[in-house]
Amino acid sequence: MDKVRCYHCGDDCGKNPINLKDKNFCCVGCKTVYEIFSNNDLSYYYDLQSAAGAPPKEVEGKYDFLDSSNIVEKLIEFNDNGIQIINLYIPHIHCSSCIWILENLNKLNKGINSSQVDFPKKTVRVTFNSHKVSLKELVLLMSRIGYEPYISLDDFDRAKKSKDRGLSYKLGIAGFAFGNVMFLSFPEYFEVGEFWLEQFKGVFRWLMFAFSLPVVFYAAQDYFISAYKGIRSRFLNIDIPIALGILVLFLRSTVEIIFDWGSGFFDSLTGLVFFLLLGKFFQQKTYSYLSFERDYKSYFPIAVTRITSNNTEENTQVYDIKAGDRLLIRNGELIPVDAILTNGNARIDYSFVTGESEPVEKISGDKVYAGGKQISSAIEIEAIKSVSQSYLTQLWSNAVFQQDKSGSFQTLTDGIGKRFTIAVLIIAFVSSIIWLILDPSKTINVFTAVLIIACPCAIALAAPFTLGNMLRIFGRHGFYLRDTQTIEQLAQIDTAIFDKTGTITTAEKGNVYYEGLELTSEEESLLKNTLRSSNHPLSRKLYDMLAEQNIVPLEEYEEYLGQGIKGATVKDSVKIGSAAFVGHSDIKNRDSTSVHLSSNDQYKGCFIFQNQYREGVEETFKTMASDLELAILSGDNAGERANLTKLLPEGTPLYFNQKPDSKLQFIKTLQDQNKKVMMVGDGLNDAGALAQSNVGIAISENVNVFSPACDGILDAKNFKSLYPYILATRKAIKIIKLSFMLSLMYNVVGLYFAVTGQLQPVIAAILMPLSSISIVIFTTVTTNLLGRKLKSEQSSWK
Amino acid sequence: MSVIYLLLTLSIVVAVIFFAAFIMATKSGQFDDSYTPSVRMLFEDELVKSSSKKTEKIANQKDENQKL
Repeated sequence: MDKVRCYHCGDDCGKNPINLKDKNFCCVGCKTVYEIFSNNDLSYYYDLQSAAGAPPKEVEGKYDFLDSSNIVEKLIEFNDNGIQIINLYIPHIHCSSCIWILENLNKLNKGINSSQVDFPKKTVRVTFNSHKVSLKELVLLMSRIGYEPYISLDDFDRAKKSKDRGLSYKLGIAGFAFGNVMFLSFPEYFEVGEFWLEQFKGVFRWLMFAFSLPVVFYAAQDYFISAYKGIRSRFLNIDIPIALGILVLFLRSTVEIIFDWGSGFFDSLTGLVFFLLLGKFFQQKTYSYLSFERDYKSYFPIAVTRITSNNTEENTQVYDIKAGDRLLIRNGELIPVDAILTNGNARIDYSFVTGESEPVEKISGDKVYAGGKQISSAIEIEAIKSVSQSYLTQLWSNAVFQQDKSGSFQTLTDGIGKRFTIAVLIIAFVSSIIWLILDPSKTINVFTAVLIIACPCAIALAAPFTLGNMLRIFGRHGFYLRDTQTIEQLAQIDTAIFDKTGTITTAEKGNVYYEGLELTSEEESLLKNTLRSSNHPLSRKLYDMLAEQNIVPLEEYEEYLGQGIKGATVKDSVKIGSAAFVGHSDIKNRDSTSVHLSSNDQYKGCFIFQNQYREGVEETFKTMASDLELAILSGDNAGERANLTKLLPEGTPLYFNQKPDSKLQFIKTLQDQNKKVMMVGDGLNDAGALAQSNVGIAISENVNVFSPACDGILDAKNFKSLYPYILATRKAIKIIKLSFMLSLMYNVVGLYFAVTGQLQPVIAAILMPLSSISIVIFTTVTTNLLGRKLKSEQSSWK
Repeated sequence: MSVIYLLLTLSIVVAVIFFAAFIMATKSGQFDDSYTPSVRMLFEDELVKSSSKKTEKIANQKDENQKL
């Protein structure tokens, strides 16, 4: 029989689906959302895309901090006379139904004026009347229908910056001017000395001059700035010959029309700038819904509950927490500061701080560190440090997070730019000197013609188009890179360092096997029934793994925190938990996670939880080992050493118990030995190493959830494609080099005309676009071939 | 004055008007999100008020029927 799918969220409904109007729901939450939608004429939601929803989560008390007007003030974008606008990030946005329902929020609450979804960014901009509905009510409403916004500390102090649209304006201006100038210069290409042309050419020329002014002084200003910076730091980048070309084009054309020598090169000038900006625009592919800049602020809440001296609760901004404050941390909340547990029993999930997958139990009096997530009942803690001084957050005070990686990297284009500039200048001077001897009147003509025709438009376009296209191809294959420079860096790496937990192991399905005496069917049934009542993650895992059993009511059930659980029927009893708890002393598998079991106080055996390695880890490492230096850097204990040694190529160094800071230092030491290091990690504990490495890649099971600051995000499904991706980047570099050769050929042809003093505007106007377009076609075709190859490789694995 | 001046002026004025429209559209953020509008335009038109009342009535009737 087919599984019953929830009408709202598409999850498996299990054995007892909730039924309403012939529709099945997996939980009351989903049913409630359906009721809200159908009662408000919004059931079109389900017609657009079936099962698009998410079950609403429990949010009781979670958004109480939105009562505080100080906090609200910082979050909203606009506030005037009761009309407020807020931009909320909603991770669940994934389909057209989501867009539709969020843009119809006003049907659910009259206080909401309008809402607009930005799908690529996964945000919704809501305009609402704060007299009728408060921000808190709005957030609660959205949470109730399964679209819970994600509000973190990052939103709090984000400066309300306006989007930089400079490039769009520049491209618009250059395109506008290019079109008009082409139009005006066209008559003079063919008809020289025609009567009407002679009459009006002055007007045409000065109009072209007028159109080229904003192109030179506004659209092309980045090239002048960059060239100036390059000269000042004595670094010959590719922008120097470009800026020189633009400047010479403009000055010579102006002089030509002033003295009526010719029509000038305004068409080439505007075309050049337009093509160059087009390349820049193409390169600027960003995955706006992925952030490569996250630090701890994206994980931290804005406010927590503080218990005041007279035992009342109040919401306080996390930056205001001082040492000595008493805080209340509820189930699922994050501990924002280093603190001492004063009340309650904590089970803390440090997975994104340390990479350890199992939660840690803490009792009153223990120290708890910032970044852990409390996953059982509410606890009380006393802060011993402020947020910025806590152990985790101190990592971000390391200098690597301040420096800009891109600044120090010399791209391939800049590398060739240096030689190119020198060569062009030499040719320009030598040919001018020769003409000075042959025919001095043509010297200036030849000198400027060389600089114009050698303007490396095609070279400057090769890298943006190749890499921009690669970026898109990688994106389609689940490999998201921060920028095109990352591809160049990736092509150069010679060392790859991997984190273990969450990177080469998967969090989803752990391998569990049983070791010990065989269990009778009664024992199995009792075991399953006992586990049913427990909420411990290991119990849940074990429960899911064991075969279905009939439900037997337990006579006795007791949970011993941090030790184990005990269940009993009338005649039998079973104990599950740590070795000591079940009365077992022979500890064999100390390093791996295990659960021991005894029946009627007789030791039976234990379940051992093994790390499940990602599919293809073995092959990936084997193929990589021949090319790259590999190492494993794990925050975990050495329990998996034996397994890893078996799995990985011989001699792969393994390092265990690495703290976040020592991972960073490890990478730094390698770099000091002139190694180009790629770090592959997943958690916040790798953040330092990811930032320090030449290329930091974060592995993510779900690219929509947060990953630490990095240069690229790799979808965990495609882990085994990592090496083919690296090979593809190297091929992309080869493509760029071939394009350089191609464009140099055009330059040689152009230089022949320039050096011999026969450069006509029409030749420049043909040669420049021709070389640019052929480069664009060449790079696009070759990268697409590369992408097709990647795709066929990937499908051959499946 | 030759007619060509008039034609040139006109053509440039028209071009500049469109150019200004482009700049204004960019400024207002029309090109910031190039994906969502393509989905939005495919949604059914807003339900007309009367029909929504009708469905309400039907829903009410259904409720009453269920009560009975």
